[in-house]
Amino acid sequence: MARKTIKVDYMARVEGEGALKVVVRDGKVQSAALSIFEPPRFFEALLRGRAFSEAPDITARICGICPVAYQMSAVHAMENALGVAVDGPLRDLRRLLYCGEWIESHGLHVYMLHAPDFLGYDSAIHMAKDHGDVVRRGLDLKKVGNEILTAVGGREIHPINVKVGGFYKVPRRRDLQHLAERLKGARDAALETVRWVAGFDIPDRERDYTFVALRHPDEYPFNEGRIVSNRGLDIAAAEYDAHFQEIHVRHSTALQSRMRADGSAYLVGPLARYSLNFDRLSPLARQAAREAGLGSTCRNPYQSIVVRAVETLYACDEALRIIESYREPDAPAVPVEPRAATGYAATGHGATEAPRGLLYHRYRLEADGSIADALIVPPTSQNQASIEEDLASYVESFLDLPDEALQHRCEQTVRNYDPCISCATHFLRLDMDRE
Amino acid sequence: MAETARKPRLGVWKFASCDGCQLSLLDCEDELLAVAGAVDIAYFPEATRGDVKGRYDLALVEGSITTPHDAERIRDVRRWARTLVTIGACATAGGIQALRNFADVAEYAAVVYARPDYIDTLATSTPIAEHVPVDFELRGCPISKHQLVEVIAAFLAGRRPVTPAHSVCVECKLRGNVCVTVAHGTPCLGPVTHAGCNALCPSYDRGCYGCYGPKETPNPAALGDKLQEQGMDADALRRVYRTFNAAAPAFREESERHGP
Repeated sequence: MARKTIKVDYMARVEGEGALKVVVRDGKVQSAALSIFEPPRFFEALLRGRAFSEAPDITARICGICPVAYQMSAVHAMENALGVAVDGPLRDLRRLLYCGEWIESHGLHVYMLHAPDFLGYDSAIHMAKDHGDVVRRGLDLKKVGNEILTAVGGREIHPINVKVGGFYKVPRRRDLQHLAERLKGARDAALETVRWVAGFDIPDRERDYTFVALRHPDEYPFNEGRIVSNRGLDIAAAEYDAHFQEIHVRHSTALQSRMRADGSAYLVGPLARYSLNFDRLSPLARQAAREAGLGSTCRNPYQSIVVRAVETLYACDEALRIIESYREPDAPAVPVEPRAATGYAATGHGATEAPRGLLYHRYRLEADGSIADALIVPPTSQNQASIEEDLASYVESFLDLPDEALQHRCEQTVRNYDPCISCATHFLRLDMDRE
Repeated sequence: MAETARKPRLGVWKFASCDGCQLSLLDCEDELLAVAGAVDIAYFPEATRGDVKGRYDLALVEGSITTPHDAERIRDVRRWARTLVTIGACATAGGIQALRNFADVAEYAAVVYARPDYIDTLATSTPIAEHVPVDFELRGCPISKHQLVEVIAAFLAGRRPVTPAHSVCVECKLRGNVCVTVAHGTPCLGPVTHAGCNALCPSYDRGCYGCYGPKETPNPAALGDKLQEQGMDADALRRVYRTFNAAAPAFREESERHGP
């Protein structure tokens, strides 16, 4: 029988470097492996000996696409270790900053990285030739996200204003008012985005995933909540390590996470967050999701683009709510001291919802506040096993496609996860071997 | 003439990095489609599918060299590119991952990975200019998107980019900021740090942490003495110069004055 090999040397429209190898025999997928060859940067090693206060700036550099997520998980883990609580307007500002990152990151992925797959273009720039107004709408939506990041964080990439305990300087109420006008426009654009992507030709594929996400008593989760699953898991961030494990496979410089109990794969990110927290969305976002044909649970990863659009709408709504109720705090941060005075070391855990999913940090601190050891588990590491299972399970149903279309479909299947390889290095060449 | 009507071909390459500097190009929401109209974005895997083959008029290179494979790959990029511009602290100074240069990389790999034998890495993280000739270096962690647009515009016009090499202090004065060191005693690397951020941290009541790397002809030792007077111990002094531009010679030498 003739043997076919499809090969893509470097997978595009993902953040970072990786490759994918799918082996097909007799119409069955024998194996699907996602290789990440992003060079290791050894963050967990280089953090040792640094002051607890340096973690937000250093870990931001793990990912230029979602630096706020790294800063937020870092500050929450440090505050957990040092017994500090950040409430009121400072907590709201953190949530606002996170809204900015979701709008920017989801806007980037929906318009620039993922939509071209559904509409048959190589990139948003090519897409702009036929759909100029749509691409401009996407760019403007993304820009509003960046404007929030700049207003609260100082700049879009690697914000400088986040510190353990709060901020260096808080925005004046009037500094945020012009954002309210911009956000009303962005909310309309996000609603149009939901309707636009809901009209795409979306493959109908589902699997029974284990969804893992944060859940909070009364909010759609960003910074805080318990780690829950659709299979009954309900734990505090501090118990993360007892339930999840990282495994090092030869074909990847990224560690892969699995459930500790049975070694099974699980899924974090928009699908999991949405399915576990539908009732926590704003009424507008829930209504838009219903109109887009989504139920209160979504198990079709090709619909992740619709869920991202719904979450973008939510983030615009939530950002507006925060800005309208914002009162300037008395101080930009609460004081945080190492526990030298009491002379004991401390361990802190932080789990927040990066645009791509749950991001867990754990730090053990010396009595002087320096970092003794660090553990960072990014969302793409946690999703790697699910991505491989999706390929193994869905590619078979697309095998009647011609080679080029099949290759495209495989890439799209990976991009469903908006994988961020820079974070996970710890991406993508497609090597399709079929007969 | 067909030859002169051809748009210049732009390529974007990534080495060890966070993707943030190349994201700056996609963050130019107001200019992106204009840039795409003026140049042929021929290779930009973060944003577009497409083949790497061919010659490039402008190569933007992000990231540092940390693996034997990447040390080879950058030579290919140099061969294909007429003009090669490095963007960001990783590409111009080795990045935060250059902290391994002061440590034992095998020990680092053992701390992070269960199977360090699967990991193929160099003992050091080095800037692109240590491997191939570079036509222009744009600094910052991350770069300023305004400076990136300036670099592309200057390239299209055939002139040098205007990116001042003076210190963050000058930017503070131009912005009318009150000096955080003089007024509040806040430690600040502004006097030795390359301009480009528009004095961002001091404008947020925070000392500069040097993410743009050393300015032209800095005096980090003099600033080190001042920081010591303000109460920084040797350990803190070493760390303050060892962040995102730790391997830039001026910062490296000053950090080594305060310990191994």
